[in-house]
Amino acid sequence: MRVSAIGCTALLLLAVAACGGRDSGGETAAGGGTAAAGQCAGQQTTGITDTSIKLGGIYPLSGPASAYGDIPTGIKAYFDYVNAEQGGIDGRKVEFVVRDDGYSPPKAVEEARRLVEQEQVFALFQTLGTPSTTAVWDYTNQRKVPQVFVATGASQWGSNTEHPWTIGWQPDYVSEARVYAQYLKDEKPEAKVAALYQNDDFGKDLLGGFKKAIEGTGIQVVAEQSYEVADPTVDAQMGNLAESGADVFLNITTPKFGALALAADAKNTRWNPLHIVNNVAASRTVLEPVGFENVQGVMSATYYKDPNDPTWDDDAEMKLYKQKMQQYAAGKDPNIPYHAFGWAAASSFHKAMDAAACPTREGLRDSVRNLDNVEVPMLLPGITMKTGPDDGFPIESMQLMEFKGERWELIGEVIDTRAQFGPPTTE
Amino acid sequence: MAGFLQQIVTGLGAGAIYASLALALVLIYQFTGIVNFAQGELAMFSTYVAWTLVAAGMSFWLALVITLVVSFVGGMLIERVVIRPVEGAPELTIVIVTVGLFIFVNAAAGWIWTFLIKDFPNPFPGGALELGAVTVNFSTLGVLGVVALVMGLLYLLFQHTKIGLGMRAVATNPASARLVGIRVGWTLALGWGLAATVGAVSGVLVAPLLFLEPNMMAGVLIYAFAAATLGGFDSPVGAVVGGLVVGVAETLAGAYVGFIGSDLKIGVPLLIILAVLLLRPQGLFGRAAVERA
Repeated sequence: MRVSAIGCTALLLLAVAACGGRDSGGETAAGGGTAAAGQCAGQQTTGITDTSIKLGGIYPLSGPASAYGDIPTGIKAYFDYVNAEQGGIDGRKVEFVVRDDGYSPPKAVEEARRLVEQEQVFALFQTLGTPSTTAVWDYTNQRKVPQVFVATGASQWGSNTEHPWTIGWQPDYVSEARVYAQYLKDEKPEAKVAALYQNDDFGKDLLGGFKKAIEGTGIQVVAEQSYEVADPTVDAQMGNLAESGADVFLNITTPKFGALALAADAKNTRWNPLHIVNNVAASRTVLEPVGFENVQGVMSATYYKDPNDPTWDDDAEMKLYKQKMQQYAAGKDPNIPYHAFGWAAASSFHKAMDAAACPTREGLRDSVRNLDNVEVPMLLPGITMKTGPDDGFPIESMQLMEFKGERWELIGEVIDTRAQFGPPTTE
Repeated sequence: MAGFLQQIVTGLGAGAIYASLALALVLIYQFTGIVNFAQGELAMFSTYVAWTLVAAGMSFWLALVITLVVSFVGGMLIERVVIRPVEGAPELTIVIVTVGLFIFVNAAAGWIWTFLIKDFPNPFPGGALELGAVTVNFSTLGVLGVVALVMGLLYLLFQHTKIGLGMRAVATNPASARLVGIRVGWTLALGWGLAATVGAVSGVLVAPLLFLEPNMMAGVLIYAFAAATLGGFDSPVGAVVGGLVVGVAETLAGAYVGFIGSDLKIGVPLLIILAVLLLRPQGLFGRAAVERA
């Protein structure tokens, strides 16, 4: 009886999910779309007028990855500021509609359909997470809706040629892995690396990129352990890695597991490798619960300005950001790096719209694929957005950083992986 | 060999965490005869209450006492407000209500406290006991100790008190229990209150190890179900033994069974649930239900 009750519950949940995925047909496409005239004749102008532009974003505001839910706050603050003080993007007030997918791909598809078919958005500006973005991109590309600057670093956004309407923004995981490989080649050419990675596209992308980048060098991966996002702890994995005797630990995780791995490493006094934590888990908000005294000397890499870093105290963009966050996102802490991330992405979108030849969906698609060293003030000095016919990766440079005291300190120079390795490949 | 022993210790540490929540599951099952899917989330919510008090400057132990009282009252309130309207409904209905409660409590915690992870003060010393080549953290020993204590208390409650007798009667047959003068409504509310209290203990125990965030208990709950199923849903001793067995089995399988590795580790508790349900549905320490034909 009890077993059947639980079984029925599962079935019911499945049935609800199935009903939610119903197909409402393509009528809205024919009925709702609008087209431009003049030199942009025939191009889609759905969701954009002379005075407005409507964007949709999908983020995990609930569920396991909801720490990323802070990103749209930074985006909204930027658009509110531009709307109020600059009359919008080229005279167009931005309306940014945010939906919650709970980091669940089926929900992301549902929300994408709702945004495109009911809200009639001009473009999806950011879908978050590799699984959700992968679930949505066939749909957006069939409907020819731009899905720009997605908030995930999977290398497929740049390397895939069948989805021209989708493009990434942040450095892809392969580029990031190359930055770490480059550092080890210079500093620890005989490094023995132990890696903990999330068992999904994200973790495999970064680890694969790393292995590819160290081919032919004296660096070896001597142990690797994976975890599932449903695992309560990673203690067992960390125990296994410690036994490998590696002198470098590569922590390829999302925030919560990053913190668990950092804590496990700090607790184990017998194993003291150089700890490299990947960018997505390197937020100060992840390190703080572990205890700053436990994460001294941990390394990572970044590409945008950290609001906690006093280096930027007199930086014009950082001052503007902090002031406008207070004004348009009152009560939110501007020091949370996800807010700055959102701000940087929104300002990148602004630049891409400015550079577009036509204020149309096609115009945006072509603009983001033809960025010519576009400067975004929130990115680190020396890092610009560049794309071209053979290069679908807007940002491919990063700078290493080391945790000292209570914050990250940038070290060395910006590493341009494009120059060192060529466009990212995982094969 | 040292590696093997260390794996066992790691497994026992994980198992103690599973056992602590499994005790709350067993408790509510004893009182009400239902499986509460929201138990982990209620524990997480209680932990946030404790965290808020500590963050406000209260000492850990005072905060703990207040949290346990709040959890007890909160658990009873939930029974009155959410469960009472569907009392006597088919099991499926109540199970669905607890699933709804799971989602609601999770979202509410995220709304109130955000989803950023928080550190939680550890009541146990931070060091570790070095036994030869094997390291045993004091926090692991502390969790095991508290779990053993709660287990003992529950055993006494179930077997040697009138309340325990009454609640077993209610869980077995509410109608007959009412006829012999047991206040069924209060017994059920008491069950929810006590289960929420034991859950709060579990949450406070695991939060320093897993970091506090709204999804802290979601992963633990699956393993706690496996532990309770293995040990028997009506036995506190079984829940603890089940939790330890699941923790050790999962860790050893992950480390030494090549094709399982870390990738399939999470499948181990599900296999255990399946095997137990097939071979010994009442669990290792449980009593088989006898029904009149």
